[in-house]
Amino acid sequence: MQEPSTPRLETSASGGAQAAQVLGQWTAAQFARPGLLDKLRAALARFDAGAAWDLRGAEQLDHVGAQLLWDHWGRRRPQRLEVLPAQSAVLERVEQFSSELPRRPPLGWRGRYLALGEGVLSAAMQLREFVRLTGQLAINTLRLARAPQEGPWRDFSGHLYHIGATALPITALVGFLIGVVLAYLTAKQLRQFGADAYIVNILGVALIRELGPMLAAILVAGRSGSSITAQIGVMRVTDELDAMSVMGISHSFRLVLPRAMALAIAMPLVSVWTTLCALAGGMLAADISLGITPTYFLRALPEAVQVGSLILATSKSVVFGLLIALIGCHYGLQVEPNTQSLGRGTTASVVTAITVVILVDALFAIAFQDVGF
Amino acid sequence: MRDDTMVGIRGLRTAFELPGRTFVVHDNLDFDVKRGEVVSLVGGSGTGKTVLLRQILGLERPVAGEIQVLGRPVSEMGRRGAASRVGMLFQHGALFSAFNVLQNVAFPLLELRTLPRRLVIEAAMVKLQMVGLKPEDATKMPADLSGGMIKRVALARALIMDPPLLLLDEPTAGLDPDSSDGFVSLLRALHRDLALTVIMVTHDLDTLFELSTRIAVLADRKVIVTGPPKEVIAFQHPFVHDFFLGQRGQRAMELLREYPFAV
Repeated sequence: MQEPSTPRLETSASGGAQAAQVLGQWTAAQFARPGLLDKLRAALARFDAGAAWDLRGAEQLDHVGAQLLWDHWGRRRPQRLEVLPAQSAVLERVEQFSSELPRRPPLGWRGRYLALGEGVLSAAMQLREFVRLTGQLAINTLRLARAPQEGPWRDFSGHLYHIGATALPITALVGFLIGVVLAYLTAKQLRQFGADAYIVNILGVALIRELGPMLAAILVAGRSGSSITAQIGVMRVTDELDAMSVMGISHSFRLVLPRAMALAIAMPLVSVWTTLCALAGGMLAADISLGITPTYFLRALPEAVQVGSLILATSKSVVFGLLIALIGCHYGLQVEPNTQSLGRGTTASVVTAITVVILVDALFAIAFQDVGF
Repeated sequence: MRDDTMVGIRGLRTAFELPGRTFVVHDNLDFDVKRGEVVSLVGGSGTGKTVLLRQILGLERPVAGEIQVLGRPVSEMGRRGAASRVGMLFQHGALFSAFNVLQNVAFPLLELRTLPRRLVIEAAMVKLQMVGLKPEDATKMPADLSGGMIKRVALARALIMDPPLLLLDEPTAGLDPDSSDGFVSLLRALHRDLALTVIMVTHDLDTLFELSTRIAVLADRKVIVTGPPKEVIAFQHPFVHDFFLGQRGQRAMELLREYPFAV
């Protein structure tokens, strides 16, 4: 059963001529009902602009309804048209303001070529900005060394807590589980050769030198890299960065420096913590699967792993921390004042930070392959 | 519509729980808005003007009391097609920053998912020009717009489905006097042409006197007086006295003599 408000079209024979009679509520809210618009269009197709139109019976006509009729009439008024004054006003506005959307010209070969160049240039600019940021950080570190009392120490300790202390539970859990998994897997292989005792060497070198720092860096990049970008990005969106510039306070000194320092100090500590947890996991699994007691494990570990490896792992972590902070800040400062850019910046920051951490880890592995053996 | 009451509020109580005490904003507040009126809510800060607007929109829930909008309880407001019942102009525009101007205006219609894209775009272009923007502005992003343009785009978006009721939160705050005057005359023209009912919160006395057919003063947790501007000014209350008859008020009163009440 049709409600009286349903927009519809009926044929009326008034004064001998056939007229299209518009009835019901011709509003966007009505058109939104599923299937209704198709029915209406089919009904409209029976009449064209040459027919006589009577809108006076329509309960309501809004701008979308008027637009629908206007388009159907081929963007001109039918010669025989009966309307109420209010409807006439709506039609007039639609008539006056109907315009084509300015179209974007299609991208030709030249356009694509230029877009490629733009892409390369913007990548180069990103790199330049990053280098500038790094240089700025170095200058600010000198400035801090000269006048340590002016440093943003409160910020620094806050970041140290948020980046370091609050990351301890998650890194412990992940590290412990990775240690267990690695120990079980190697135990299976080693038992075939009867080289059970070497599990200490494998776990020690793998976890202390590579996996511990890497795991910690990847977790921290995901946790803190994204939050650094989001914090700074939101400051861009809300004009806080501009406010800071106006006061003559350097973004680099006040925002980048405390974060970079905090990460440079927290990262090796978190890394050592993760390594310790992973070793604990490995020790437990070795005890269960190969019967290697923790006492033996702990006694053999210093012989298996040289001090060089430990120093390498720790210094590597410092570099990871600095890189995560710089990348987070870089993308945060690049955010444009809109929400989409903020989301894009945060994603880019995490992806880049993790990729760079792995790349730099590979570089360290190659460059220092003779250290610690 | 059953009768001419667009918004009916009965026995409204709003309170916020603060640590250790309850802060009552509205207590047993009654308020009605009839079709075709332009009602301005004024009151000192903290008297719950914006809260009242948000409650009319169904964004906040009162502790007690009943709010009816267009003859239906306010809890039904947020349903599909809400944009055809009420439009809201937020103080800072609240444009979606990821969309361009046209997408912002067309968004409520596109989200219905049943209207053809072409029709929606055309309807959005008409609305854009109705609020005094140019077709070229359609592809701009909100970040590239001036304050006055943001308000205009937000207004076009609020009006896209021709709602009978329009709520404005500080429509001219943050605009320079020229843009402010332009925006006020735009609102007046739209009110006349589209037969809108408007409820607005404003501190700007020029806007207040140029647009309002009725002023409602919120104080002492109630609407203490409501009526045409002249009656409200004559009301004896410290807030009313300070607000309208202070130095600022004197200046704006000049306007009141020049412009007979709007509409």
